[in-house]
Amino acid sequence: MSAIRTEGLSKDFTLHLQGGIRIPVLRDVDLAVAPGECVALAGPSGAGKSTLMRCLYGNYGAGSGHVWVSHDGREVDITNADAREVRAVRRDTLGYVSQFLRVIPRVPTQQIVAEPLMARGAGREEAMAHAAALLKRLNLPATLHGLPPATFSGGEQQRVNLARGFAPGYPVLLLDEPTASLDAANREVVVALIAEAKRAGTAIIGIFHDTEVRDRVADRLYEVAPLQDAA
Amino acid sequence: MSALLTAEGLHLHFGKVAALDDVALEIHPGEVVAIVGESGSGKTTLLRVLAGMMAPQQGQVLYAGEDVHAMGEAARRRLMRSDWGFVHQNPRDGLRLRVSAGGNVGERLMAAGARHYGNIRAEATEWLKRVEIDPARIDDMPLQFSGGMQQRLQIARTLVTRPKLVFMDEPTGGLDVSVQARLLDLIRALVAELGLAVLIVTHDIAAARLLAHRMLVMRRGQVVEQGLTDRVLDDPQHPYTQLLVSSVLAA
Repeated sequence: MSAIRTEGLSKDFTLHLQGGIRIPVLRDVDLAVAPGECVALAGPSGAGKSTLMRCLYGNYGAGSGHVWVSHDGREVDITNADAREVRAVRRDTLGYVSQFLRVIPRVPTQQIVAEPLMARGAGREEAMAHAAALLKRLNLPATLHGLPPATFSGGEQQRVNLARGFAPGYPVLLLDEPTASLDAANREVVVALIAEAKRAGTAIIGIFHDTEVRDRVADRLYEVAPLQDAA
Repeated sequence: MSALLTAEGLHLHFGKVAALDDVALEIHPGEVVAIVGESGSGKTTLLRVLAGMMAPQQGQVLYAGEDVHAMGEAARRRLMRSDWGFVHQNPRDGLRLRVSAGGNVGERLMAAGARHYGNIRAEATEWLKRVEIDPARIDDMPLQFSGGMQQRLQIARTLVTRPKLVFMDEPTGGLDVSVQARLLDLIRALVAELGLAVLIVTHDIAAARLLAHRMLVMRRGQVVEQGLTDRVLDDPQHPYTQLLVSSVLAA
C-alpha cells in the first residue's frame, strides 16, 4: 500500500475578485509514494509544484480527484475528510515543512519544536529533550532555544521549521524547498535527516531547487507539467 | 466522539435584517472554532444564541443532548457556572468591578461549590500567576488594572472552574498588539492544557489562523464558508471569503 497517493487530482482557482477568472493548475495528477521512498517534484517555476504539495497536505482543497493517505490502518481522503479527521492525520501521519515559519508570537523555539511531539502523546520532558537535540544538530545553539524565533534570520527560522517537521517522525513528510536558505553545513544535516527518515520508512515528497541535494536524496522525479491553457 | 454542542436551522430576524439565516454548526470536545466576518454579519448574535443568552425564532441548540433554549433559566445558569464560560469583549462586562481581583476569581469557584477560604485564595493566587498578573495585586480592584490585565483577569475568572466549553467574543479587541500576542499565547496554552472547546468570535483573521482548528465565515446572517482554518484562509472558495482574506494586511 502506498503511504500517500493521488487519484485523478485536479485543481483550479476561481478568482471571484477578478471577474471570476478560472486558472487551471493541476490536471489528473496520479502520484503514488511508497514507505521509505523519496520523490522529488520537478518542473518549471509556476508549473504547480507548490500547489500540488498544498493539495497533498489538505491546505488546498481539490477541484476533483482524491488524495489518499495511509493513516491508522486505512486510507483517508484528505480532500474530502472533515476538519477533525484532517487534524488527526496531520497530528499522527502527515508532516509538512513549508518555506515559512508561522507561529504565535512569544512562544519559545524549543517549545515550537516540542509541541507536535506532545500532541502525539510524548511527555513534556522527553519532547523538550528531543527538540533540543534536533535543534542542536541543525546548528541552532542552546542560547537560542528559549527565544521566540520572530527575530531569527531566514536560515535560522527555516531550521526551526525543519526541526519541527522532522521531530515527530511522521510516516509521510512533505518538504517545500527545505534547503533554500541554508549554508553548506546545514544542507548536509538536512540530507542526512532525509536519509535517516527514509530508512525509518518515511515516505517523502519534496520540492528541491538545489539539484545537487535533489539527486542525492530523491529515488525518482515526478514531472509537474504546466497546463497548456494556463499559459 | 460526539459533538458537545450542536445547532440546527437557526433563524433570527431583527425586522427585515436577517441576523441568523439558517445557521447550523457543531463543536466537539477540545476543538477551537473561530467565527469570522465583518461587523453586522451576525457573528456575535450567533454566539449569544448558542450560549442561550438570546433565543432564536427558529431552530435548536443542543448541549450534551439538552435543548439550551427549552431548559429554563435556572438550568441554564447552572450550566454557565459548571460547564460553560463566557469571555466578553469588554472585560468590564465579565468582571465584578467592586470586588477585588482575587474575589473575582474566587467568586466563580464559590458559585461552583468551593467553601474553604484558604483553598479558594490559594487557587485564585495560582490563576493570577497563570494569566501573568502579579499575585501581590490579588486585593486590588479591577479598575486599577490596565485593559489587558482586566482581560486576563476575566479569562482567569472564566477558566478557574475548568469549563468544557468557552464562548469568547472578540477577546483581543481593543487591546494593544503586544498585549494581543500575549493573550493569544495564553489562550492557546490554556486550551491545549485543559482540553477546552472554544467558540471564538473575532474579526482578527491572523489571530483566528493561529488559534482555531476550524473556521466559519459569516455574512449577512449566513455561514458562507467553513472548514479547516488553513484551507478556508489559503484556498477560499466563496467570493466574500476571498475578499476578506485579500483585505488582511500582512505584517
